Amino acid sequence: MKGKDNNGSTEYVLRLFITGASPNSARAVANLKSICETYIKDRYALEVIDVYQQRQLAKEEQIVAMPLLIIKQPLPEKRLIGDMSDMQKVLKGLGITF
Amino acid sequence: MAHQINNDVVLQERVLKKVQTGISGLDEITGGGIPAGRPTLVCGGPGSGKTLLSTEFIVRGITEFNEPGVFVTFEEKTEELTTNVASLGFDLQGLQSAGLLKIDHVHVDRDEIQETGEYDLEGLFIRLGHAIDTIGAKRVVLDTVESLFSGLQDRFILRAELKRLFQWLKEKQVTAIVTAEKGVDTLTREGLEEYVSDCVILLDQRVTDKIATRLLRIVKYRGSVHGTNEYPFLIDEEGLAVLPVTSLKLENTVAQERVPSGIPSLDKMLGGNGFFKGSSILVSGTSGTGKTSIAACFANEACSRGESCIYFAFEESPPQIIRNMRSIGIDLEPHVKSGLLHIHASRPTLYGLEMHLVTIHKMVKTRKPSTVIIDPVSNLTTVGTVSEVKSMLTRLMDFFQNEGITVLMTALNTPDRELDQSISSLVDTWLLLKDMETNGERNRGMYIMKSRGMKHSNQVREFVITDKGLELVDVYMGPEGILTGSARVAQQLQEETEKVLRAQAASRKEMVVERRRRVLEAKIAGLREEFESMQEELNRTYTEEDLKSEIQKDNRSRLARNRHS
Repeated sequence: MKGKDNNGSTEYVLRLFITGASPNSARAVANLKSICETYIKDRYALEVIDVYQQRQLAKEEQIVAMPLLIIKQPLPEKRLIGDMSDMQKVLKGLGITF
Repeated sequence: MAHQINNDVVLQERVLKKVQTGISGLDEITGGGIPAGRPTLVCGGPGSGKTLLSTEFIVRGITEFNEPGVFVTFEEKTEELTTNVASLGFDLQGLQSAGLLKIDHVHVDRDEIQETGEYDLEGLFIRLGHAIDTIGAKRVVLDTVESLFSGLQDRFILRAELKRLFQWLKEKQVTAIVTAEKGVDTLTREGLEEYVSDCVILLDQRVTDKIATRLLRIVKYRGSVHGTNEYPFLIDEEGLAVLPVTSLKLENTVAQERVPSGIPSLDKMLGGNGFFKGSSILVSGTSGTGKTSIAACFANEACSRGESCIYFAFEESPPQIIRNMRSIGIDLEPHVKSGLLHIHASRPTLYGLEMHLVTIHKMVKTRKPSTVIIDPVSNLTTVGTVSEVKSMLTRLMDFFQNEGITVLMTALNTPDRELDQSISSLVDTWLLLKDMETNGERNRGMYIMKSRGMKHSNQVREFVITDKGLELVDVYMGPEGILTGSARVAQQLQEETEKVLRAQAASRKEMVVERRRRVLEAKIAGLREEFESMQEELNRTYTEEDLKSEIQKDNRSRLARNRHS
């Protein structure tokens, strides 16, 4: 597994934008949490943001398709959309390869 | 009965409400604008003017109808859009600061985005909803929503989401313009016309002979009558302008007033007074027959009356026209200096037909001339087919007639005489100039092919251009037809000679008679003298005899007295 030599600090900064309790949103939260817990446990910071509550964020963060995961760290910044059900793609986005 | 009333109310509510776009001409074609509270699809190829039309829709909405607007741009960045339309006098930045406009650049890049399962476009809905709600927008533009298809892969989701978006726009009660790229065989590349079906406007740009013409057509307008033609439109420094092909009614008022042509002999041919004011005159002829001279003469005459005139020259530059006309005794320069005459010279190939049309429109609208010259209209066929030129001229004639402007057009006759034949039906007066080639020389002939509503001469006249101006001369009829030029002059000379000879012959006869008269008079005088001397002789004889008899009587009495004494 990569990133082993990182001394326990927050290696992954993730922001997940969702829309209330829509099925896609709920699935995305569940799927992402499961992936993170499995592969990068204790090395990530995940912030789940409900855009319905902060509508101006949609423009600020250039959001179109949702749910949207922005991987702020590690750089470069990456954007993933969807309910995070395609685990391979999510892992690839996180830079985790086998 | 109550049921009936109810029905009427329902019907009233169902009548389609329209929103004026504020785009010149478009509201006329659509009979009042685009459907209120519904999305309208504007499709067309790249560079066909979609973005501009939508921008103007938003800007006019704010400035003219007090309706704030949201512009969602998928292709251009906000700054790019602002810069691009600044040249048209649209101050997007100012409108944004005033809180009347929101521009949102929606950027979707396939390379930056990984799709990891089911998603929706709720983000777009939120953005749009937020923008609409913050400024209370009544108008929305999505330009070009199809870009999403290149940024996102799942077409199934996109279609479903766009369908939902259009439905949502209706629920939001905003009047929206959704632009889309034209497909190969379809109106839009992604078949958006399936979802936005109330009103579809197609923009097109066609290039014929390297000249581009922009065209607009209302493909569909549910629940409304609309013009179905292709309407030329153009983009200039004031935005977009669509030109209705013709005003469908022929209800123009006409004037009885006449305007002189500047050639008295021509006026005489036209019943003595010239053309009708506000009528259209076509002067056609082969090259070098003096079309421009007639046009300049007419312009000069109008300016000399103190009226304003615009001369649209498609062949010569203003200095050229002024110099050439001076050589025939027409000085246009003072009129140009006084501002009465405006010569607008442009190459026909400079821009498309409709642009010419609008240039003429605009200039006439601002300068308000009484007379317009177009010299020559036939040159416009280099930028359009004969039927296109005719359609353009129809609109132009209509416009002039409405404005009460007298227009004189010249047309070069091509051997097949296609153009002047086809436009002759549009004009009120048609003067035909003709080359008459006889006896090794070329002369100009003119006749009036038609002149609606006035008595006019049916005679062919020789059209003479001298350094003192233009003149129409009666042609001579000879045994071989009409005589012009030298033949006419020869005929004239011959007649003059005859006149002189006749005069001389007459005076010689007179002299003979005079001489005879004098001889006779002398004779009469002689005879009278003879007679007088004879009479005198006779008188003398009488006196002598009287004297003699008296003396004798005296003598006798004296003798008698002597005898008696």
